[in-house]
Amino acid sequence: MTPLLVIENLRSFYGVSQALHGVGLSVGRGEQIALIGRNGMGKTTLLRSIMGLIHDRRGEIRFDGASTIDRQPEDIARAGIAYVPEGRGVFGSLDVVENLVMAARPGRDGHSNWTLERVFEVFPRLHQRRGHGGLQLSGGEQQMLSIGRALMTNPDLILLDEATEGLAPLIAQEIWAMLDIIRAEGIATIVVDKDHRSLARVADRMVVMAKGEIAFDGTPAALRAEPGILERHLGI
Amino acid sequence: MAKLPGATHVSSRFYRIALVASLLVSLVLPFVVPVYYVQFLSKAMLMGILALALNLVVGYGGLVSLCHAAFFGLAGYVLALTSPASGGASIFITLPLAMIVVAAVAAVIGALSLRTRGIYFIMATLAFGEMLFYLFHDTKIGGGSDGIYIYYEPEAVIAGFRLVDLGNKTHFYFVSLGALFLTLLFLKGLVGSPFGHALAAARDNERRALSLGFPVFGLRLAAFVISAVIAAVAGYLSAAQFGFVAPQMLGWHLSATVLVMVVLGGLSSLVGPLVGAIALMGLEEVLKSLFDNWKLVKGLIIIALVFLLPGGLQQLGALVMPERGEAPDTTGEAVEEKAHG
Repeated sequence: MTPLLVIENLRSFYGVSQALHGVGLSVGRGEQIALIGRNGMGKTTLLRSIMGLIHDRRGEIRFDGASTIDRQPEDIARAGIAYVPEGRGVFGSLDVVENLVMAARPGRDGHSNWTLERVFEVFPRLHQRRGHGGLQLSGGEQQMLSIGRALMTNPDLILLDEATEGLAPLIAQEIWAMLDIIRAEGIATIVVDKDHRSLARVADRMVVMAKGEIAFDGTPAALRAEPGILERHLGI
Repeated sequence: MAKLPGATHVSSRFYRIALVASLLVSLVLPFVVPVYYVQFLSKAMLMGILALALNLVVGYGGLVSLCHAAFFGLAGYVLALTSPASGGASIFITLPLAMIVVAAVAAVIGALSLRTRGIYFIMATLAFGEMLFYLFHDTKIGGGSDGIYIYYEPEAVIAGFRLVDLGNKTHFYFVSLGALFLTLLFLKGLVGSPFGHALAAARDNERRALSLGFPVFGLRLAAFVISAVIAAVAGYLSAAQFGFVAPQMLGWHLSATVLVMVVLGGLSSLVGPLVGAIALMGLEEVLKSLFDNWKLVKGLIIIALVFLLPGGLQQLGALVMPERGEAPDTTGEAVEEKAHG
């Protein structure tokens, strides 16, 4: 079966400075990829390039066989990729229900596995807070809302940046548990986080980025077998 | 309905009472005040429509436009240039025509200006507005800088039956009131619709809205054109009221004045700009009769209001009336997270 997402020789630029230097990556259907590396190594740039939010990007990105390198972010979103950016980006002037309902859309094959009821089922806390404005939520609730909103688009791939940053440990556990549910649904994910131990528990593959390139790409077990890599690229 | 940042929730019962009361007052008013004030109130309501139109773009879209007077004035010129010399033009033909012309012009201006953001959007709309101003100021179209008279007001005649006489001040007042009411109803529906929510979402976080698959550019362009068309209705009626259009009607000075009305009334609510328009025009009217240097006094009052009521005049209602709804949640995770640092 062809992979869901194929990235070849991706180079992304912010003005004259090059942030990605020929990244190659492939993500299978329903596969969960952990993306790790120090700050400034290009993790967020990679996610934003996939989403089409970096204007100057070269090389090739194919999603479900179709090239997306020249497409606009809204087209890419409609093709079945959902993005949960760092800082969440909850719409502050809309309440919880409005934030979720506005994103509702069937998936590309017409399935609607994710509905308002379903999101409330997996995030009961959002249900309790359903009438509250986006900015009246705690950081953890905003992250749940942001993930819930991404699910409402019934995507095939979710890009999750800094999944648990700044969240209380108990809330972070809920997010990790959520990733298991997402995987069980057959939705592929690329997750960026600092907590590489938790990532190793949930991910199928660990991808380490350094200086705008992929430094390692393999299973969590393979990464554990080479402790030098984490030491070099995460400073652990 | 989409809540705007800083929106204060006056109790809905107070709102309903205020709405019914102002509707009753506005129905009775033209029969009890002198004709000068009937005319003044009509003018204030048309300015209110213009301010409401601008707020769709400024308050809900987060885009500060400085060319709305150009849409207002252009509609006036459409009426002036299509009015025959020997009688009144039909409102049923010229009003839709003015709306179509303005929609087309707004689509072009919007499509070009909306490629920019923030201060550059303001500059781009200012430039396009001034281009239209000079189109009528420096060419012979519509009498150049002298403006042009509309000798016969447009007629609302269906099959020989005259619905209203726009030359009659009281009739005109009720036409303006009706237009204002329809504008309010339309905008209330629009900002509460999925379209309104998406527009507000794009203002809150453009990148996020794009990542969810919303065509932000198209949404903003649609809002810009809708807003321009509402401004056109106000401009058309304004030209009909005074029977005269001049390039000043399109100038940036009027655009800026309407922006002041919007900010003064408060961009965080639907009716705020209407309150702002009526308050600003009423204030001018009172000050003119009291002071020689009334503009100076007006400026000082506006500065004071902006300092004292940063949420706009509609905040006054919230100050007197108890607030509705959401008490901050002091239980659950909000506290939990603070405890975790």
